[in-house]
Amino acid sequence: MITDISLYEVLTVTTLLFFIGVYGFITRKNLISMLISVELILNASVLNFVFFNQYLYPEMLQGAIFSIFIIAVAAAETALAVAIIINLYRKISSVEVADVENMKY
Amino acid sequence: MERILFYLLSIIILIFAISAVSSRKMLRSVIYLLFVLCAIAGLYFMADYNFLAAVQLTVYAGGIVVLMIFSVMLVHHIDMEMEVAGKTKQALTAALCLSGVVVFLIAIYQHPFAIVPTQNTITVAEVGTLLLGYQAGGFILPFEVISVLLLAVMIGGIVIAKAGKKPQEKTPKS
Repeated sequence: MITDISLYEVLTVTTLLFFIGVYGFITRKNLISMLISVELILNASVLNFVFFNQYLYPEMLQGAIFSIFIIAVAAAETALAVAIIINLYRKISSVEVADVENMKY
Repeated sequence: MERILFYLLSIIILIFAISAVSSRKMLRSVIYLLFVLCAIAGLYFMADYNFLAAVQLTVYAGGIVVLMIFSVMLVHHIDMEMEVAGKTKQALTAALCLSGVVVFLIAIYQHPFAIVPTQNTITVAEVGTLLLGYQAGGFILPFEVISVLLLAVMIGGIVIAKAGKKPQEKTPKS
């Protein structure tokens, strides 16, 4: 745990970060910007895992391990999404969500 | 001292996160995301989890942000401003998210957490032993599944990003 900082303040920050990500995911119309918002959401969840582990069960390591798994899955997801976006841009020269009508060619 | 540092990092995280989701220029919003990720790594350092902070800096700030910058450069003109949702939809979404924040915060502040006041530094040796342990509670199976997933993603990324054999005629939409 961090000295002088309660769990409530940490959870306030992560809640705000999560909902900023949700806001961006809904309002953006661009695939890469939506990817950025997803990264924000995933980072908020990783912060929650780490701080719950450190504040409530400091002798266990489950939250710490899970945060590593989340980062690995997020990296895989970003790599695949970027590959799909580049392929899509090659096909329809646009990365706007409204222009992506069908992904099967 | 740690209080000041925590609040400083939190303010950096929130301000740059808001800038990242509201900036009209795409490259700028990726750079704002980089600042957010670095500040989150600072929070991991404060929580005595140095290994995850290093992982965050190398994988996120080093890998994912560079990947995103490359994709922005490939698909986007630098001075083009992207379109966002209309004002009413923005306001509606903001109101919805604010109500979500209020509900979450009420739920959090009403829950009594049983906080254990001990300082514990998570070392790499502990994490590695548990990650590769095959006793009860070990994580060897998810570890192997994740490595197979990364291999599959590597192959899939190459296959998807490689162009098809015949180039189709582009139909530029405006």
